[in-house]
Amino acid sequence: MHGLTPILSTVTASFLASFVEVVEAFTIVLAVGVTRSWRPALTGAALALILLAALVLIFGPLLALVPITVLQFAVGVLLILFGMRWLRKAILRSVGVIALHDEEQAFSKETAALQRQANDRRADYLAAVASFKAVLLEGVEVVFIVIAVGAAHGQTLYASLGALAAFVLVMLIGLAVHRPLARVPENSLKFVVGLMLTSFGVFWTGEGLGADWPGADLALLAIFAIIAAASFAIVRWLRGAYPAPAEGVSR
Amino acid sequence: MTMIRLVLNELVGMFVDDGSLALLALILIALITAAVKLLALPPLIGGVLLLVGCLAILVESVRRAARGRAR
Repeated sequence: MHGLTPILSTVTASFLASFVEVVEAFTIVLAVGVTRSWRPALTGAALALILLAALVLIFGPLLALVPITVLQFAVGVLLILFGMRWLRKAILRSVGVIALHDEEQAFSKETAALQRQANDRRADYLAAVASFKAVLLEGVEVVFIVIAVGAAHGQTLYASLGALAAFVLVMLIGLAVHRPLARVPENSLKFVVGLMLTSFGVFWTGEGLGADWPGADLALLAIFAIIAAASFAIVRWLRGAYPAPAEGVSR
Repeated sequence: MTMIRLVLNELVGMFVDDGSLALLALILIALITAAVKLLALPPLIGGVLLLVGCLAILVESVRRAARGRAR
């Protein structure tokens, strides 16, 4: 499976999903850097990246030992759970049932927390830990996404390139604007990523079961179109049936 | 230990947000897998049922969340 369709969809899914996660991690690292200093911010982030790289190097090669149909099925199931979770949240955010994620708010919250710790003699350490945690926790999701969308068809390299491109782009924009990337349409991105990951999940679980999808790789696009059409219909239906309050509930 | 627990919580949280959505999805996958492997259901039919079932579970999950919010 090395046609253009799976490569493009793998790179796109990995790029968009990683972009959202890197933006969220960037907000916290920026808050630490601006509020405390860049040394703990970058030290914490670098240590988290080293730990993530170690996890990939340790567990990545183990995947090669798993038979491909078992791997497709297992990754497919995980992607269905992961993708439907993103899709559910994006739909609920679209209709105002839960509040949109706000990078400015996340930045202010982290800044306030760091300022409260400013007089603590371990303030630098605590700041580094905040940066480390943000990069590690968001990074775990990026690692999963790269492995999940890449491993089942030997496209980990393309998925990694997508994630790397997202990382570089966020860093370049972040360095240029030097503030939280609040204008990134996070929910729209998460909506698309939820659709893509759920589509991958259904496609690969089906392949893991032995399904010979009509049109081979192109079936992925058809599955995506069906899930997208259904999701937009759900959004329209929910907007009509359950009108949103002025403010969603933050989650 | 706190950090390990945090990462483990994050890992679980990656797949489980609405518990019943995750549970229903797993039950759906288990039933379809059993039907394909034990009852000789054609795998393609299994794949189509998986797609339809996932959408039905999604509808139910968001409807429940929206209704809970509307109350």
